[in-house]
Formats: sequence, C-alpha cells, structure tokens
Amino acid sequence: MSHPQAATEFLKDQAKAKWHDETLWFVRDKRDRISKTIPEWEELRNLASQIKENVLSQLDVYLEEFEQNAQKNGIQVHWAKDAEEHNEIVLSILQKQKCRAIVKSKSILTEECHLNPYLEKNGIEVVDTDLGERIVQFLNQPPSHIVLPAIHLKKGEISELFHEKLHTQKGNEDPTYLTHAARLHLREKFLKAKVAITGVNFAVAETGEFVVCTNEGNADMGVHLADVHIACMGIEKIIPRRKDLGVFLRLLARSATGQPVTNYNSHFRSPSPGKEIHLILVDNGRTAQLAREKFRNSLKCIRCGACMNTCPIYRRSGGYSYGSTVPGPIGSILSPGLDMKKHSTLPFASTLCGSCSDVCPVKINIHEQLYEWRQEITKTHGELGKGLSMKLANGIFKSPLAYKISGNLMRAALKTLPKSLIYHPINSWGKGRNLPETPNESFKDWYQRNRK
Amino acid sequence: MNLTSPHIGLFIPCYVDQFYPKVGIATLELLEKFGCQVSFPLGQTCCGQPMANAGYERDTVGTARHFIELFKDFDYIVAPSGSCVLHVKEHFPVISGLEKEQQEIHDKIFELTEFLTDILNVNHLSGRFPHKVGYHASCHGQRGLRLASSSEMNSTPFNKAKSLLENLEGLEWITLSRTDECCGFGGTFSVTEEALSLRMGRDRLDDHAQHEVEILTGGDMSCIMHLQGIASREGRNVKFMHLAEILNQAIQ
Repeated sequence: MSHPQAATEFLKDQAKAKWHDETLWFVRDKRDRISKTIPEWEELRNLASQIKENVLSQLDVYLEEFEQNAQKNGIQVHWAKDAEEHNEIVLSILQKQKCRAIVKSKSILTEECHLNPYLEKNGIEVVDTDLGERIVQFLNQPPSHIVLPAIHLKKGEISELFHEKLHTQKGNEDPTYLTHAARLHLREKFLKAKVAITGVNFAVAETGEFVVCTNEGNADMGVHLADVHIACMGIEKIIPRRKDLGVFLRLLARSATGQPVTNYNSHFRSPSPGKEIHLILVDNGRTAQLAREKFRNSLKCIRCGACMNTCPIYRRSGGYSYGSTVPGPIGSILSPGLDMKKHSTLPFASTLCGSCSDVCPVKINIHEQLYEWRQEITKTHGELGKGLSMKLANGIFKSPLAYKISGNLMRAALKTLPKSLIYHPINSWGKGRNLPETPNESFKDWYQRNRK
Repeated sequence: MNLTSPHIGLFIPCYVDQFYPKVGIATLELLEKFGCQVSFPLGQTCCGQPMANAGYERDTVGTARHFIELFKDFDYIVAPSGSCVLHVKEHFPVISGLEKEQQEIHDKIFELTEFLTDILNVNHLSGRFPHKVGYHASCHGQRGLRLASSSEMNSTPFNKAKSLLENLEGLEWITLSRTDECCGFGGTFSVTEEALSLRMGRDRLDDHAQHEVEILTGGDMSCIMHLQGIASREGRNVKFMHLAEILNQAIQ
C-alpha cells in the first residue's frame, strides 16, 4: 500500500487519528520544554553533529579501534554484511548454547533484519521484554514507532489484549495493574532465558565498551540473568570517546521523551566470569548509504524518534503508513536507500516543512534529503513521478481557472512539465477545497494599466 | 517615485499574479509608500518550484535561467512569498554561464517582511487595524528563510511579521496553541496526499477558530489558498488577508 492510501485509511477513524496526533504532540511539547531548560542546547546539537561527522569520515578506523579494544575486554566481535548474515550469526550462537528461548530488549536493528521471524522459523521462542514491544509482539505487529512501539494503541485495546493473553480482569484498564501483570509474565521469561539479546545505543571506540539505554531496565534484567549476551549494532553507532557520551546522553532522552536522562544507561565492557558477550557489527546497506554524498549524514541518527513526534504527517498517518522498519521522516530518507522501489512514495509523504531538521539532535538535514530523494526517485521510477505530476497539474492547473491564466505565463510554466500531466480526469484539489475566486484581471494586466 | 533609491524588481509568484492580483497590488503600493522605486518585469513566469518539489528540479533549468536574466540587474528583488523566494535561493539548479549572477540573486532576493525589517529597517509604522489577527507561519518562510524563531529550537524568540504588525493600532496578535505547525499545503502534497493535506488544514483552522481569530494572515498565499479553500467549502467564519494587504490597508 502506498503512503497516501495508508494515510487515507488511518484518517478514516477521525477520533483516533486526532488522539494519535495529540498524544505525539504532547511528547514533542515535553521535549520542547525540557530542551529550553538547557541554555547550551543548540551548541550540544552542533557538537553531536560534528562528532558524528568525524565518525562517518573515518568509520573504518573507529570500527577497527573498537574491535581491538572490545576483544581485549573479552568481547567476541562478529561482522555481518547484511541482515541474513546477522541472523545466521545469532542463530549459530544460540545453537552452540543449545538455547531454545531468548529474551530481547529493544533493538531497531533486529527489526530491520527481521530477526524474530527468522529465529521463530528455526524453533526459537523470542520474547521482547520492552513493554511496548511485548504488546505489539502479542498482536504480531511490528513497532509503529521506534521509541514508543505501541503508541498507536489505546489503553482499552491493551486491556483487552492482556485479558486474552495474560488473563487480566476484563475491562480493567488501570495502567499500573496492566503493567504489573506484564511484569509477572516477563519475570518468568527472564528467569528461563539462557541468552539475552540487546541493541546498542553507543559503542565507544577508545574503550571497547558499549552502552544500552532503556527506561524499563529490561536489557539489564535479561543480560544479568543470562549466560550469554548478544548485542546487535549498526556500524554507525560508534562514538570515538567515552566523554562524548556526555553530549549524546543529554540529547537522547530529552529529544526522545522529554526526560532529563534515560532511566538505565548501562555500560557493557567485559563478560562476567563464566559468561560470554558477543557483539555483531552489521552493515546492511550502511556503507552504501555512506557512499551517497547527499544522504550520508542520515547515518548520524541516534534513533531518538523526535522527528516522528514532530512530523505533522507521522502524527496523522501513524507509523504503519510508512511500511518500513524505521517510519517517519528519518525512515523516509533511510528506507529508499535500502529499496527505492518499495519505498518510492515515502519522500513525497512530506510537505518539506522542515520541523524534523530543526528538532533533530544531531542536525540531520532531513527535509533537504527528502527533497533530494525526490529528484533521485523520479529519475528511476518515472511512472511515480508522472503520476504525481499529473495530479499536480490537474489539481492546480487543469481547472476552469487554468483557462483564465494568461497564455504566455502558463505556457512558460507548463513548458517544463511532462506533457502527460496536463491531461488527467481526476481533480484531487476540489474534493474538500474550493478554488479561489477568479479575479477579472491578473496583476500583470493591472500593472500595465496603472503603472506603465 | 524616488529615483535615487535602490531599484527593486517586484517578483510576483505566478499563482498570485493570476488568482490574487490584489496581493501584488498591495505589495507594490506598500513598497512605494516606503519610498521605494519598484518595477515589475513583465516577462516573469513561474519560478519552477512545483516541478522541483515534485522531483523534477533538473527540468527547471530554462525557468531558472529566464528568472536570473530577467532580474539580474535590479538592486533588490522582493516577493510577497517566502516559499518562492526560498526556492530561488536554495533550489535553482546551477545555471552555467550565470553563476555570478545567480549568487548575486541569492544574496539580493528578499521576502517582503524581511525586506521591510532587515533592509528598509522599518521599526515603526503608523496605521490602524482593529482586528484579532491570527498569523499562519508558512514553513518555507519560517524554517527556510528564518523569518521567525522556530518552536523546535532554543533561541531568542523573534518574528519579523509580528514586529511589523504589532505597530498597528488596535491590532490584537493572537497566540495559537501550535505556533508554527504546517497547514498541509505542500504544493504537490496537497493533491497526492489529499486526505492528510485536508486534515492538516482543518487542524490549523480549528486552532485559529478556538482562539477567535477574525482575520487569518500570512506571508504565503499558497498556504492561504489551501486554508481558504477548506474554510470556504466548510462555511467557516474567518477572513483571509495577506500581510501585505493588512499593512497596505492600515498605513495611509
């Protein structure tokens, strides 16, 4: 389904769409207020952006430095060129451990690699331990937001789901009650899992340690109870020095949820005696994106989700309308690099309002990259471009008004448009909007009568 | 007309020329009231923005070349549109042989309010406009040209339109719940993502209505055309004026 179709579906339930918009706006507003309590906020964004610029400019050097230091610490480092290799590495570790059930804290990378279905196909029970992720897992849905995976669901829906899956009281929507039920359910899973999988928020080259940020402490709970910890990270998650965390951790939680800091920022450096840490470094299209000059700094992203919360499109169309692992503005510049055909409507699912770029803690010029992807997509997917242009010309130009438009001007404007767009039967403009009243003369006519 | 003052080329966006001549007239008369020497080059056409935003920037070379040749000799270029000015500055393809002129145009083209506040240094106006006015910040003016501080950023608040309008006697500047959210016009977006575009427009109109705005104004008629189109279809009770119209009407 294209983004416009999915958005139209989402907007059919007007009350829910309004609630979704207001819920995410609440998060954005909270982020605004807390960011304004930090006088050096804009300076922090600049610093974060520059640190990432430096990382991207010598990613190979930092990755090798990190690998060496991590190995010195006793971490087993693996390299995966794509999702398939990543999944195979995870499975091979599990098979070696004879492990049939794992717990996993939030990791967008494993979503990107579709790890869960892969492991399940191979007979492994996967339990997502982040509360929001567990909820969507019960529903066989992917997360609809990278920080707030179940933000599209209201508490009544979760109450019903928990009644079915966890046998909670029917109709009890009390969040504390429901959370407690999830906690008891997950506790059992934690105790049984021999292997815990986590994502990685930051990997520090100079020390070979990595940092995992969660609000629920579920990564720590999983890792400390298990014998083996598998951490999966995209290769762009490197930062040079431990002290750089002072920049990123301040930005991350404030941008994501408006909190001063994430509840648990856990540093993993060496396995405990008798235990193992495996770290998988995954490319999966990242080096290809790094090679695209106009799009490379999309790799600065720290996955805070602020661009989703601020995006007027995301708020009113929901995460699933994007049909990509990372939805919203940042997803719309990352996903076409992975599969341009599949994601060809995403860069057009924007008014180029620029709010995403102004909210981004690492100053990715998201809306400018959306514009640039449009230029790329129309080169290779002409049909889509034609479709868009047809609708455009139809809506704006092909109307009784268009006939009023003075010949020279209109012809000059239309000269650059594909021919096919000028003729199209459907008028999208007029479904919910009137056209402006047609004046008797153009400005040019008036000017010639009055000033020449 | 003051012939010693800088010569201003008036750039009137194509849809303003055709649908909103009164905005063009207000802009011209307003600039003349400030003693400017203004000419409207008759050969002007569309700046190419609809094509570029639809992914066809490469097809706008002819349009851009024409624009540069037409406007290159003016001291300043002024337009009552943040969006079209931003397009000329940021999204013209590089025109070979005219690189120098193109850079000069980048530096001497201004949206109307920023020309008044930053070049003419207007900081006091005498005029009267006794109405509750709601301001719609066009995104391209707001975050593209930085005509006002953006709500996302931690910077000293400013708003060039407000600094002009608040001089007018009787004008009540209405503070909205969401001060700079997009209206959902977005050029091609308004037809390709029609459902979203309408929802966004209605939400903006609701914000103005909840704050009892009488007159909704802004610096870009494209946003206003979209909002007015919805309001008029739905019989909403709000009037629409471009900033230039308010200033020109208020200042005698």
